[in-house]
Amino acid sequence: MPAIKETIDQVKEIDLEKYKYGFETEIESDKAPKGLSEDIVRFISAKKDEPEWMLQWRLDAYKRWLTMKEPDWAKLDYPKIDFNDIYFYAAPKSTSGPKSLDEVDPELLETYKKLGIPLSEHAVLAGVEGAKIAVDAVFDSVSVVTTFREELAKDGIIFCSISEAIKEHPELIKKYLGSVVPVTDNYYSTLNCAVFTDGSFVYIPKGVRCPMELSTYFRINEKNTGQFERTLIIAEEDTYVSYLEGCTAPMRDENQLHAAVVELVALENAEIKYSTVQNWYPGNKEGVGGIYNFVTKRGDCRGDNSKISWTQVETGSAITWKYPSCILRGDGSRGEFYSIAISNGYQQIDSGTKMIHLGKNTSSKVIAKGIAAGFSDNTYRGLISAHKKAKGARNFTQCDSLLIGDKCGAHTIPYIEAKNSSVVFEHEATTSKISDDQMFYCQQRGLNEEEAVALIVNGFVRDVLQHLPMEFMVETQKLINISLEGSVG
Amino acid sequence: MLEIKDLHVRVEDKEILKGVNLTIPKGEVHAIMGRNGSGKSTLSYVMAGKEGYEITKGEVLLDGKNILDLDPNERASAGLFLAFQYPIEIPGVATMTFLKAAMNAQRKARGEDELLTPDFMREVKAAAKLLEIDNSMLKRPLNVGFSGGEKKRAEILQMALLKPKMCVFDETDSGLDIDALRIVSEGVNALRDENRSMLVITHYQRLLNYIVPDVVHVFSNGKIVKSGDKSLALELEEKGYAQYDESA
Repeated sequence: MPAIKETIDQVKEIDLEKYKYGFETEIESDKAPKGLSEDIVRFISAKKDEPEWMLQWRLDAYKRWLTMKEPDWAKLDYPKIDFNDIYFYAAPKSTSGPKSLDEVDPELLETYKKLGIPLSEHAVLAGVEGAKIAVDAVFDSVSVVTTFREELAKDGIIFCSISEAIKEHPELIKKYLGSVVPVTDNYYSTLNCAVFTDGSFVYIPKGVRCPMELSTYFRINEKNTGQFERTLIIAEEDTYVSYLEGCTAPMRDENQLHAAVVELVALENAEIKYSTVQNWYPGNKEGVGGIYNFVTKRGDCRGDNSKISWTQVETGSAITWKYPSCILRGDGSRGEFYSIAISNGYQQIDSGTKMIHLGKNTSSKVIAKGIAAGFSDNTYRGLISAHKKAKGARNFTQCDSLLIGDKCGAHTIPYIEAKNSSVVFEHEATTSKISDDQMFYCQQRGLNEEEAVALIVNGFVRDVLQHLPMEFMVETQKLINISLEGSVG
Repeated sequence: MLEIKDLHVRVEDKEILKGVNLTIPKGEVHAIMGRNGSGKSTLSYVMAGKEGYEITKGEVLLDGKNILDLDPNERASAGLFLAFQYPIEIPGVATMTFLKAAMNAQRKARGEDELLTPDFMREVKAAAKLLEIDNSMLKRPLNVGFSGGEKKRAEILQMALLKPKMCVFDETDSGLDIDALRIVSEGVNALRDENRSMLVITHYQRLLNYIVPDVVHVFSNGKIVKSGDKSLALELEEKGYAQYDESA
């Protein structure tokens, strides 16, 4: 039987139950009643002890959302979401807000330990020089702890949960929240505005190069819970910050909803590097359960010569709907998007980017690698557009798809709009399969089928892998191997 | 040592190998010569375990153990190495990375510890030097954009590092100019030793001037029709294969 045929058979037996993060933490939680209404919006705002202006912002968004329709243009197929069957707020009972590590419920610390996320500052401090990472850990709807805050504060950097920022830095929130992704932007982002519960806030003051990687780990634990987090990063003039985001969830039979909004603002000469490793529960081998991931991520290169770079590794979720984008407003600003999207089992991914060139001599680069196995569908959707004032705008896009087996699909849907004649846009796309010859060659050298596929896939994604921060690179290579486990041998 | 006993192989409805018998004792180098399409490459693929061939009869024994039921990687770990006529490109995987993955996979299969990086580097550098392979080539993705000579040298490098008991060279001289042929042959000759058997498959006598075989077999229409010492190769060069066509 040819190797490819065998691959397909093995894909059929794929054991997504191997999902490494599928454990559940038994912890008492404080929940809002199921469903969505104006009262729930008020409940969330009250739980967070928010000022009146914030509540008003949420209510306006909620009213707007009621008039909107769920988008259906993506190449995704899933039953209609019943928003009245979701808990919009769940918090571990013992934690009413971020505290110092000593006060955090040991159960929670244990959870993060199992996830391999260092929340103990001492342990990290004792480690290798330069390996420091500040972490904001978000459990269901709330941020449970943020590490290294004092050390960062010495440089004037603010790194805290968005709930705290609303109370403590209202001037920044009022100025920037919703300034990149408007309240009315899209169905899911507007919903997020109404019901977002927590997330991370980062402010890098003028002239500061953030001395360590900042990161947020999102964990959905509660059943039937929606997670709506909100992240806002502001990089003032002449700054640099690298931010990492990781996501996991327990295995559930039901589908859970995740609708986040991330906004990045880069002022003159600022650089933001945003990396995501998304490993939400993808559902079981029959396609039951898994996270619905509808995310709006957008960066605004507001200042001249600013730069925003998105790097994403998407391996989880039943449904992924996500287009991290850059608005290249400042002259000479630069946007980058590097993506690895792996789908297996019955996962569906519709993801890509938008590069909106508004300023002069702006440039952007897109490298997207899609890997489809099993019965999955993997779509790249990208928009590259240049405004008539965006003289000299340049883009280079490369989309490569790799198919494993013949029951999966890979699609590339590029949109290009150039409204002035000085624009240079390049687009390259390839689709390939792992060939029987490649498999045989690797096996002849001693690699088993699974090792061979992992090696070939790692080679396929190499151009993107090298853009990940060191800490994530090794983790990602392992994750790629785990995600494809069962797709062969 | 390698023993092939009455091996019959079909591809779809066509019988390609029609009863191959061959014994290569430890330490010997044998050559198989035959025209294109005589089934020589099929023999090498069947030995290595490539899919798509139906074995209707016979055995292939490596050190007395039938390997035909093993997966290709298990045969590799048991000590069988095939130098490909057309080495396959592995995009994005640096040659060095591939070497390490292969060596460690075989070590793992044999229950040995993984190689330590400094030891690995030392071994690779020493073997690469002999084959005139420089560092920059080791960093390039395996076989991608390699010249004919580079591809074959990379094959011999892998062989040198994997230290197989039984090496099969499938038309290794194809696509080589005279300098590359010399380098590759010297690489192979350096690996000849009393515990390693080799099978050189070729249709030109040229290669056998460099890699001098102990025994030469003539292959025609799916089986070995004559065996002799190295002078048989010279005779073939002179008189051609036609005299054996009838024997089928």
